[in-house]
Amino acid sequence: MINLLANLDRRWIFLAMALCVSVPILVIGLTGRTLPETPTPLARAFFNEVDIAGQSKGRRGHVLLAFDYDPASAGELSPMAISLVHQCAERGVRMYFMSLWPVGPQMIDGAITKVIERYYPDLEYGEDYVNLGFKAGNEQVIKVMGVDLTTEFRTDVRGTPLSEIPMMDGITTLEDFDLIAEISAGYPGTKEWVLYAASQFDIPLVSGMTGVQAPLMYPYYPGQLKGLLGAIKGAAEYEAVVNQWILEERIRAILVSGGFDQAEADAAAPGLATAPAQISTWTEGAQAASLDPKARSELIELAAEPIPGEFLEGQRRMGPQLFAHLLMVVLIILGNLVFFAQRRKGGHS
Amino acid sequence: MSASSEPMTGSQRAIWTVIILAIVGLVVVRSMVGNGMGRVYVEQEDMAFVQVAAAVESEDGTVTDAKWVRTSSMVGAAFLEKNPDAEVVGWYQYTEVDPKDYFRQEAERAATGAAVAGPGPIILSWPRTIGLWVAAFFTLAIFSFLYRDNPFYKFAESVVVGVSAGYWMVVGFWDVIIPNLVQRLNPWFSKQFFTPGMELPTMQEYWPNLFYLIPLVLGIMLIMRLVPKCGWLSLWPLAFIVGTMAGLRMVGYIEGDFLKQITASIIPLYSEGSVSAPPFNAAWSTFWASLANILVVVGVLATLTYFFFSIEHKGVVGGTARVGIWYLMITFGAAFGFTVMGRIALLAARVEFLFDDWLWLIDPNEQRTIIESAAGILW
Repeated sequence: MINLLANLDRRWIFLAMALCVSVPILVIGLTGRTLPETPTPLARAFFNEVDIAGQSKGRRGHVLLAFDYDPASAGELSPMAISLVHQCAERGVRMYFMSLWPVGPQMIDGAITKVIERYYPDLEYGEDYVNLGFKAGNEQVIKVMGVDLTTEFRTDVRGTPLSEIPMMDGITTLEDFDLIAEISAGYPGTKEWVLYAASQFDIPLVSGMTGVQAPLMYPYYPGQLKGLLGAIKGAAEYEAVVNQWILEERIRAILVSGGFDQAEADAAAPGLATAPAQISTWTEGAQAASLDPKARSELIELAAEPIPGEFLEGQRRMGPQLFAHLLMVVLIILGNLVFFAQRRKGGHS
Repeated sequence: MSASSEPMTGSQRAIWTVIILAIVGLVVVRSMVGNGMGRVYVEQEDMAFVQVAAAVESEDGTVTDAKWVRTSSMVGAAFLEKNPDAEVVGWYQYTEVDPKDYFRQEAERAATGAAVAGPGPIILSWPRTIGLWVAAFFTLAIFSFLYRDNPFYKFAESVVVGVSAGYWMVVGFWDVIIPNLVQRLNPWFSKQFFTPGMELPTMQEYWPNLFYLIPLVLGIMLIMRLVPKCGWLSLWPLAFIVGTMAGLRMVGYIEGDFLKQITASIIPLYSEGSVSAPPFNAAWSTFWASLANILVVVGVLATLTYFFFSIEHKGVVGGTARVGIWYLMITFGAAFGFTVMGRIALLAARVEFLFDDWLWLIDPNEQRTIIESAAGILW
């Protein structure tokens, strides 16, 4: 057995890994069920920072969304970018997209098409969101943006001068933004935004990043980084928080429109959003007695409404993660067993 | 582990040939017949514009561009009504749509008998369909390396490298050289020959901004690296780049990495948890908050001790350094775990692409109905 393991062709391991990844994808894809996610404080902090952007100034938040990644990392980072735009669009903050990576604009376009154009068609380009496109120069761009943003960005990605874009009115430096939300795949990325924006100006910064970068960025939380999403796990957690918040907001709105006062709606909505399967039973109970029948049916419809697949991408990918990690753990244990067994026999390691 | 780079035997080569021919055959057959799996549909939209105002040049030289509006807009329609002979410029815009929209359209057209009158607004997109199959082929070609090195992998790898290099060159020219050099050195020249849509600055700034001759000269000197006899010229701009980057980074690192991280490490060992929680929960959260702070402080000091080589690692120093090693090992382990997670996420994304967009085996984004998916796979 030990000899078999020691001389095992590596292609069997590749095959096992392929099965561990593809079978859960098929099962999740066919059943539509994902694994439950419990958000960590880091994902909640990320969500809260976006949620409160602009609140202290009593106006719509101005959020700079820097998508510094390319298709090679999209599998890991797209889910968090999609959820970020989803939260911003639902929250009604103004979104300023930009990228320090040459293929970043394509990633921005993807997020705009998937979220804004499909689910928030009322949002207007130039009023609610703007795409500033790619800017070459790595950290120097951040540095210059801290002093005068218009030096680097004279037009948006469509060639429209910034002076003609309504939502650019009053935006001249980085400090005019309420939050910088960065999605990073490497250099230039989170590190540069921490060093040249968050550390030098008084601007909150949150970042989602690849797994390779995450351990190196943890020391910046919670000082220089106000929220951190590490790899697909962070994306899945954030996705779950955003989806639940949106459901909660919609339930709250239905309850208020159905005759509940704000305090009652605030008390009931979080519980219902956590367990939407219970909504149907809840509407028949005494707590919902004062609720308008139309609101009741709206609530039941809302509970039955599936979450669009675009907003479950991260959670879907946690299925293959589970089995692939289990395989890795088993392989590490087997590798160690082989190593110690060979050492006991006196063979070479 | 056995090596996978031995030469192929005759039977292995035959198996590979059969597999490849089968895939190529599937591609050819699938692209010729049926209506489903591996196809991309688009909606065709007529984009027609009419010029409602001509370009105007004012006395100070400011040019207001000609104004074009959609013929479908209120302004455009009104203008065309008054000027029916006005020139209309148009093209088609294609937007990708879900396959279910195409099938719905076809079912409706079949029911109403409109199918005989020609295609509807939603049509099969051949360029995008070919692109989808090419993407699937390259994905499989890259995966094939896991079995052994082969010509398909080499071809895919070379294409990726070539396309990336070409893309970077084009981006470098249009996003760096044109806006950061040509437009600033001579905006008029740039507008005339490269960027007709750009907004020209005011009259006084029309003249070449001679400051930008410095980066131009430095850039040319850097390229001299390619000329063996003048290679030494590239050292000057290189020195300039190294010097400015060192200065820029030094400030950033001292402030962001050094000072702020020291501040973040000087924390109280006792940290009070949630005050509003019940007594037991408050004590529990205080315990964990304090433990986290203690671990941070101990970790920083122990790891620093490990990297302090002026004293021999014996006794207390040796023990502390060993704790530092444990911290480092845990950090490396966490980094490895995160890396594995990242790589598996990338693999999962590619597998999802193959199963969803290409093979229609799954449908997480509800682009098709179950019947359409099943029919699409079979026919």
